[in-house]
Amino acid sequence: MKYETIIGLEIHAQLATESKMFCGCSTKFGAEPNSNICPVCTGQPGTLPVVNKKAFELAIKTAIALNCKIEPQSIFARKNYFYPDLPKDYQVSQYELPLATGGYINVEVDGEVKKIGITRVHLEEDAGKLVHQGAAQIMGADSSLVDYNRTGTPLMEIVSEPDIRSPKEAAAYMQTMANLLQYIAVSDAKLEEGSLRCDANISLRPIGQKEFGTKSELKNMNSFKAVEKALIYEVKRHNEVVSEGGKIVQDTRFYDEKTDTTKGMRTKEFAHDYRYFPEPDLVPVEPSQEWVEEIRQSLGELPANRKARFIKDFGLTTDDAGLLVSNKAVADFFEEALKLLNNPKAIANWINGELTAYLNEHNLTITQANISPAKLVELIQAIDQGTISGKIAKTVLVKVLETGKSVKEVVAESGLTQMSDEGELVKIIRDVIKNNPKQLEQYKGGKTTVLAFFVGQTMKATKGRANPGMVNKLLKQELG
Amino acid sequence: MQIDIDHVAKLARLGLSEEEKKVFGEQLGKVLDHANELQKLNTDNVSPTSHAIPMKNVLREDKVVVCQNTEDILANGPETEDNMFKVPRIVE
Ligand SMILES: [Zn+2]
Repeated sequence: MKYETIIGLEIHAQLATESKMFCGCSTKFGAEPNSNICPVCTGQPGTLPVVNKKAFELAIKTAIALNCKIEPQSIFARKNYFYPDLPKDYQVSQYELPLATGGYINVEVDGEVKKIGITRVHLEEDAGKLVHQGAAQIMGADSSLVDYNRTGTPLMEIVSEPDIRSPKEAAAYMQTMANLLQYIAVSDAKLEEGSLRCDANISLRPIGQKEFGTKSELKNMNSFKAVEKALIYEVKRHNEVVSEGGKIVQDTRFYDEKTDTTKGMRTKEFAHDYRYFPEPDLVPVEPSQEWVEEIRQSLGELPANRKARFIKDFGLTTDDAGLLVSNKAVADFFEEALKLLNNPKAIANWINGELTAYLNEHNLTITQANISPAKLVELIQAIDQGTISGKIAKTVLVKVLETGKSVKEVVAESGLTQMSDEGELVKIIRDVIKNNPKQLEQYKGGKTTVLAFFVGQTMKATKGRANPGMVNKLLKQELG
Repeated sequence: MQIDIDHVAKLARLGLSEEEKKVFGEQLGKVLDHANELQKLNTDNVSPTSHAIPMKNVLREDKVVVCQNTEDILANGPETEDNMFKVPRIVE
């Protein structure tokens, strides 16, 4: 029997707010333990939560970007369970009436676009952080210390339909989602830092069958690679169990990146009875049409549309356009530069190549770095005008980024201007020929490939400042 | 109506004596009987009520307000260490 893989993903994204979901505590990361806590988020008796308007707005923004229906009324509910990172003994979440439902996202996998359904988008609050004592993890720890700084941080949950058919598609979905959330500035969306988290439901079913098989729920995947690898492992495990005539037991499994395996937690411990009921302390939110429309307007052009426009209007390749729109600031930078110089291909190449390499190496964003669209255009123009060679331009760019000086200043100070004086170049070429009699003989003997050697020597003697075209022409002339 | 009082007590993390189980079991059973009575009503044209008070859209601006007495909150815990609440072993 042939089986197909069915995957659905649940994403939790920390929303980019200053304060928590239901109180004024700061959401800043890395503060002293229990310094960003208050009576509300630690569940002291008699306190009242109030919804953070910005968090609601960011979730609506996301829902619109994911083509969801914004529900006219949404309600918060209590999800009841006991765990030390949850001071109230319930998590405020949304259950029956979430903020938005029924959307989709287009994901590119192997050059093909696949539409993946979004079941729902809802808001909830994060839990605290546990530090285990006596062991590196919860298993075997004697006791644990609890820091409630993160408790009550706004989280947005995005649940996909079980439309994903391979681990690779799952990773592509996560990457596309992370890019989108970053692009529309609703979340940092970094898996490695925990501002984006992913749970996966996976099952196999015989091709042609309608009902889903028994699923496993995967947790603890902290990178896009880990999402893919954990699922690959799990598909293999399910296949093995099923092909040996065994039965999959529904469970929650943790991915261990070191051993590249998943381990099940004893099912009993996770058999929850959450007893959801409407949170009496929070009244319903009914976003007005005007508010939703206002948010829709603020959203602007979405990355997928922008990418298509870059390809169509500027003749960029899919890869180049994709790289540019993976970050809104970068795409904005590109379009600003384009206003100053109508050379999309060159601008895209410099941004996606040398500039991105420098930014990654120094862990900077394009807005933090010593570069502006005008400076990049100045650099490209200097090459076009023959002031500097393309090779030297790379050095100039790095100096500009390091010092914050203009292209003109860097070029003038370091004498990197391209040699345009033929007379001076001829003198150097004659020296090069004189110093390499053996190669000259080979050349005269008909071995014309030696020309490349002479070009190289000349470029070296001029420290790369000569125009390669001119060097070629003059060399041929001098070698006779 | 009979109620599984052991299960309910476990979910609420309450240790009940046999006597308490009997008393609360009976009381909660009566609450369920009353709910069953209400179930008989035709509510086809009534949307579910989540809140009794007709209020909506109570929202606050995203502004940080620093709490001045975090130490008092920590003092509410039975044991603390390094400014954190100390809790006993979580999984056996
Ligand atoms: Zn708080």
